[in-house]
Amino acid sequence: MSDYMLTSPAVASRSALSLYAIGETLADALIITRREVRDSLRDWRILAPILILTLIFPWIMNFTTRVAIDFVTEYSATIIPIRLIPFGLMIVGFFPITFSLVIALETFVGERERNSLEPLLGSPLSDASLYLGKLIAATALPLGAAYIGILAYLTWLYVSIGYTSDPLVLTQILLLTTMEAFVMVTGAVVVSTHTTSVRAANLLASFIIIPMAFLLQAESVLLFWGNYNVLWYIIAALVIIDLILVRMGIQTFNREEILSREVDDINPKKLLGRLTAQFRVSNKFSPRWLIAENVPQILKANPLPVVVTLIALGVTFVVGWLYAAQFPLPPELMQPLQVQKDFATTAAGANMTFMPQLNTPAIFIHNARTLLISAVLAVASFGVLSLIMLMVPVGLVGFLTAALAHTGTNPALFLAAFILPHGLFELPAAVLATAFGLRAGATIISGPRRGENSGLIGALGDWIKIFVVIVLPLLLIGAVVEVYVTPQIVSYFFAR
Amino acid sequence: METLIRAEGLTKDFEKHTAVSGLDLQVRQGEVLAFLGPNGAGKTTTVRMLTSILRPTRGAATVAGHDVVREARQVRMLVGHLTEFPGLYLRMHARDYLDFYGELYGMARATRRDRIQELLLQFGLADAAHRRLSEFSKGMRQKVALIRSMLNSPRALFLDEPTSAMDPHSAKQVRDAVAQLRGQGHTVFLCTHNLFEAESLADRLAMIRRGKLIALGTPQELKTQFLGAPIIEIQLARALGQSWSGLIQNGLADKIRVLDYSEMHLRYRTDDPRATNPYFLAKLSEAGAKIVTVAETHQSLEQVYLKLVQET
Repeated sequence: MSDYMLTSPAVASRSALSLYAIGETLADALIITRREVRDSLRDWRILAPILILTLIFPWIMNFTTRVAIDFVTEYSATIIPIRLIPFGLMIVGFFPITFSLVIALETFVGERERNSLEPLLGSPLSDASLYLGKLIAATALPLGAAYIGILAYLTWLYVSIGYTSDPLVLTQILLLTTMEAFVMVTGAVVVSTHTTSVRAANLLASFIIIPMAFLLQAESVLLFWGNYNVLWYIIAALVIIDLILVRMGIQTFNREEILSREVDDINPKKLLGRLTAQFRVSNKFSPRWLIAENVPQILKANPLPVVVTLIALGVTFVVGWLYAAQFPLPPELMQPLQVQKDFATTAAGANMTFMPQLNTPAIFIHNARTLLISAVLAVASFGVLSLIMLMVPVGLVGFLTAALAHTGTNPALFLAAFILPHGLFELPAAVLATAFGLRAGATIISGPRRGENSGLIGALGDWIKIFVVIVLPLLLIGAVVEVYVTPQIVSYFFAR
Repeated sequence: METLIRAEGLTKDFEKHTAVSGLDLQVRQGEVLAFLGPNGAGKTTTVRMLTSILRPTRGAATVAGHDVVREARQVRMLVGHLTEFPGLYLRMHARDYLDFYGELYGMARATRRDRIQELLLQFGLADAAHRRLSEFSKGMRQKVALIRSMLNSPRALFLDEPTSAMDPHSAKQVRDAVAQLRGQGHTVFLCTHNLFEAESLADRLAMIRRGKLIALGTPQELKTQFLGAPIIEIQLARALGQSWSGLIQNGLADKIRVLDYSEMHLRYRTDDPRATNPYFLAKLSEAGAKIVTVAETHQSLEQVYLKLVQET
């Protein structure tokens, strides 16, 4: 937890040290938690709604459920009540945890606004203890209320209609409720680090509320649909989001960041100025410097996102290949690959509505647009969606290659003829654009860093440079090859 | 005496400006140092770096031999920090609030109880200990914040405007407490705009402007350095029988610089009043002067402060 622990000669082994440090961090955190929970319990504005939602709302929900069951049973729609009750459980659990957002904003931003945070920062507490203590405090009370609410609802249901929940569904709902509470609190911490007032934080909280509302709707659909297995994927996704947000919180909720942040201004003009400044050397725009010096430097300085992207694509290709054995194509399609004799000349005229027309401008525009959208999605998804957008076609190629191999087609020849000619140009372009998009998204999670070209603006600047100097030219060459060379090669090897 | 706080080239850059630039400072054990400067001069940032709340961008600092960056936790354990605003949890009772902070400092329950009671008594708050802090006046809240910063019996106490919201009686209690702490060997780093407080409490003064240290010394040293030698004024009951210049030129010409005079009075500066004045007064008596008063003209710290702040 602390520098003291790290330098203490009394602690012999590293593992013992780590355990001791974790224990100490947690013990300190719980001091904060106890105080904050007590403070929340003294605030009737928080306590009264939580009590209502915990004790009265389940009763109302139970009443509604019974009325609904009586109504639909008249029409023999017995499936509806079976699906309605898990939905009710989810709602009963969700309402109290919405207060975790209120408490979190209050405890993280409110303290700062009331100047009560600085004395805490002056105490021996580590940043991690402070963060953890507040995190647990903001989550504990609403989550406890949610559990009690669910229990109360189940009790009412048992007493009134003798209903007992499926333990697996109940576990899923409890896990969903818990993870959602943590997402709201960890999200609130991230929001809080970008503001200096509760008012501003409340406005920014819509970035948490709106996705949560969408999530709730999706969960409702799944619960009514009865496809409970999908809930596990949502739980897993929420766990990942929680971990990402916790990392962001730890990066940003620390003494240095809290006290160094000067004002809440988002000045588009200044941001644009910072972005464009990256394209100038000695205050002048120089394409020569950009191409000959800057872009090579950027490539050299950022091997990690490229390696991560390549590994992800490699794994996806293998997974796609393995899926082909698990999900074979229908027998009527399981024939060796052949194309028409005039493939090379007719391919250019093909017009499938969901695919680009097979001409150079169309392919170029399609690919460039896709990579541009991928970058936008990268920023909105911490880089994840950008990677997924490239993983999907690579996975499909893996699947298709394996499926063709099962039909007797030489997979290496297939790849060499269908993919390699234009892929030599388009794949590096896509990998680079995705890797730098991934990096841009990841800068949001890794928190603010000092320095001229650090942070999101710096990463976006790098992405634009790579895109303009390397990706677009490669895509253009790739499009030309895809139209004029690839069909010839395909025709040579695979024409009937 | 041991140097308790040491800063060398301490610098803090924020995104848009440099708050503190190349600060060199040493504060001895048991010393009270008043840290003066206009708003935004870098006082609070300096305190935050010395209390291991903010990391210096460049330079180094130690408190009681502990590095403020590498041994941040030890430093925070050893210091007390009264922030500019009390920043209390108003829904808590005073005693519970102090107990919470005592726990954060790892104090045992019994130790906390005794120490809190001792400080509450010292600051006249024992009767209000069970009341919620929201019911406290501004001055009382400031006292609670001060008690909070003293809970761990800090070796160095950093006080940011400790008497700013207090009535004269409460302010005196705080000043007495600071004097008492100094008597007990504690070091006090006092950020203040109250020049009377600075002069009456501090052994030395440090003045900072735009992040740079512009003056450091005892109040008298600073007055001498920036306002010149002390001014002495002598009033006579009747006119002197001879001229002032004749009297001064006889062995005192290089020690006394006459500012103005009349038959009945003389104002002069002297760099060494302890040596010069007895000799000069003796000569005056020999010359038959009937001296009514000999007084040093008051040169305030405010003059020094304003001169420095306006000049630099």
